[in-house]
Amino acid sequence: MTSSQGLHLKTIILIFIMISVAPLGDTFLGKGMKIVGRMKGWAPADLFHFFFRAFTTGTVWLGIELLLAYFVAYILVLSWADYSYVQPASAASYVLIALLAHFVLHESISLTRWAGVVLICTGVFVVGHTHPQTPEHHSW
Amino acid sequence: MVTQSIFYILIVFVGTGGELCVSRAMKTIGEVTDFRPHSIARVVGRALALPRMWTGIALMAVAFFALLGMLSLAKVSFVFPSTALSYAVGALGGKLFLHERVTPQRWFGVLLVCIGVVLVFIGKG
Repeated sequence: MTSSQGLHLKTIILIFIMISVAPLGDTFLGKGMKIVGRMKGWAPADLFHFFFRAFTTGTVWLGIELLLAYFVAYILVLSWADYSYVQPASAASYVLIALLAHFVLHESISLTRWAGVVLICTGVFVVGHTHPQTPEHHSW
Repeated sequence: MVTQSIFYILIVFVGTGGELCVSRAMKTIGEVTDFRPHSIARVVGRALALPRMWTGIALMAVAFFALLGMLSLAKVSFVFPSTALSYAVGALGGKLFLHERVTPQRWFGVLLVCIGVVLVFIGKG
């Protein structure tokens, strides 16, 4: 296996982990926030109560734990791959999010929105066919 | 509507700013080649010693709080696809701040993602 193939393979594996874990985390987060309910206002007391309720909800924490796993995979892949490659490539998770929202959270999804999700995935596919690493010159 | 717009701007722009900082910090660490748990823990530890990583985490935390707020107001199937606008902001940020070579093919992919985002917005009604 050439170093370029190896780079592609480990990039794909880590992005696969990211797009598997993130939608589950997002779904738990969404379910948890529906339990928490709407924010009543922008007053400090309202904000405190809102986030206190959020961080004392088990489902929200389950979501946060899954998103932490996502974050570790994310920073590892960013140690070699371009940000402009990793970010759109990970958008493949949108299909999974839409499916989970529809089948687990029982949300209705219009045809237009499904079309949008499909287009996002096509964009991800196009980005995924570019090389993950380009020469760069950091200035900051 | 105003609340949702504020949350949306925080998620897309502040969140992407945070990710750019994290990306820059991880390029400082260098390519990870060892994936044993203790090696990964060491890499995460080295990353957390970088000020830029903390700037990134702080910005991403702000975006995360905005995401929690947004999720309490709108459907999951709307919130996540609509925030995909951050992909265009991210590609631009990658080019401008990280000096990545964003190829025409990659720009085309980002464009498709953005059109998809617009459709998700339209589909909300």
